[in-house]
Amino acid sequence: MTNEIMIAGFGGQGVMAIGKTLAEAGMKEGKDVSWLPSYGPEMRGGTANCCVVIDEEPIICPIVLEPTELIAMNLPSLLKFEPTVVKGGTVFVNSSIIKEKVSRDDVRAIYVPCLDIANELGNAKVANMVMLGAYIEAMGNLGTDTIKEMLVHMFTGPKAKLVDLNIEALRRGAACVK
Amino acid sequence: MEKELWKGNEAIAEAAIRAGCKYFFGYPITPQNEIPEYLSLHLPQIGGCFLQAESEVAAINMVYGAAGCGERVMTSSSSPGISLKQEGITYMCGAELPAVIVNMMRGGPGLGTIQPAQGDYYQATRGGGNGDYRHLVYAPATIQEAADYVQMAFDVADQYRNPVMILADGMIGQMMEAIEWHQIEKRDLPAKDWATTCTKGERKPNVINSLYIDPNLCAVHNEHLAAKYKAMEENETRWEEVNTEDCEVLFVAYGTPSRITKAAIRLLEKEGIKAGLFRPITLWPFPSKALKKAASQDSVKVVVDFELSMGQMIDDVKIALEGCRPVSFVGKAGGVVPTPVEVASAAKAAIGR
Repeated sequence: MTNEIMIAGFGGQGVMAIGKTLAEAGMKEGKDVSWLPSYGPEMRGGTANCCVVIDEEPIICPIVLEPTELIAMNLPSLLKFEPTVVKGGTVFVNSSIIKEKVSRDDVRAIYVPCLDIANELGNAKVANMVMLGAYIEAMGNLGTDTIKEMLVHMFTGPKAKLVDLNIEALRRGAACVK
Repeated sequence: MEKELWKGNEAIAEAAIRAGCKYFFGYPITPQNEIPEYLSLHLPQIGGCFLQAESEVAAINMVYGAAGCGERVMTSSSSPGISLKQEGITYMCGAELPAVIVNMMRGGPGLGTIQPAQGDYYQATRGGGNGDYRHLVYAPATIQEAADYVQMAFDVADQYRNPVMILADGMIGQMMEAIEWHQIEKRDLPAKDWATTCTKGERKPNVINSLYIDPNLCAVHNEHLAAKYKAMEENETRWEEVNTEDCEVLFVAYGTPSRITKAAIRLLEKEGIKAGLFRPITLWPFPSKALKKAASQDSVKVVVDFELSMGQMIDDVKIALEGCRPVSFVGKAGGVVPTPVEVASAAKAAIGR
């Protein structure tokens, strides 16, 4: 089983963080992982993407050209990467800010109103965790407990109070997957 | 040992600390900035010194000074910054000073671009500075290798009293992979009795210099250096072979292109074409004999050289093969990375399919 994931959006949406969390969780579960960011003269509000590979076997090439899953956090990302997704792949759409639908019928489309849910939870910053929750629920390739354990390690000291918020964000994201 | 997720640049910086490096002098440039960033935090914590110099020229001369004091020292930069360091590197080879120099290559020439490239192969293996000098060049293809070879580079530098270069492309610097921290193989290293440490009135002062004004003495010095370089060629040449036995197409690639090649080999396999990869790990010394041996198999129809440049290593490939097999080239320069499909197509074209 190989997951080749393209995660794309505006800089500041937590695109790199979704990728890092997926890679770290995959590694914790004994899989081979790689995380490759786009880099350039990037800035907040510009476009950003990263590709993550999670593989049961040693990874051959970390560059993702035909993702098995696309996480599109904004419209330019959906337009740019939707055509590259493999047949039978899955496209996750941040429907809070993307009003368009996935145009292909040979991929599975999952719409997650990340920002609306995050705002309901009182913190727009957890929109990416809502999306991550949806991804894990839909793909079933990583254990929710692994991610929760990582959140506990990630948020310590004064930030420890953020653990419950993030776990709730994951749960709400998962609930979007039918 | 538990696996940890590390970004290439940060793994290189941490590897240096684990190898006993206490000094870093450099000047910022993308795509290697996480190396100085990491060391600026961690070197002071172990009683070392991180210093952002006023320029690359100053930085490499600070490396010269620290190395002359017998300390483990590193600098890192990316292509245009390494060009500025060439004078310092030839002086260090001339004065026989050990240090580790990291070049996280970007597109050139000139200021070029910040995306991954391999256009500095000539500069790294031929020497961008003056005179008859050589230094080892390690080309890691994974973050694990980057972490291992940086640690080894410090030992090799001390063993031969010579700078060692780590030559990687921006992609290796920017990506994250799971790695294990290994204890690298211990080497028997000579004492640094040549270092300009305090004499305490107990010995004659040591002098570190690359000036041999008497041509006869300079000739002797060059012969001494040449003998040292020969020993490096005999003992330090490294490479990896993947799937080369009975292959029809033999790819030669290093760094990031070697990973794309592995994906291309799978594509070719599906079409019934057996392709293998010969990956130099040391670019100097170049593994010429091993390459000739792999290419001389009856099965090999063509050797395909793949680089993120317009073709530089291909010269060493041709020298190694001595005309025994046709060599074709695939590659792009300037920060664009060819896809596995493009690499596989180039191989098919080379064998007329």
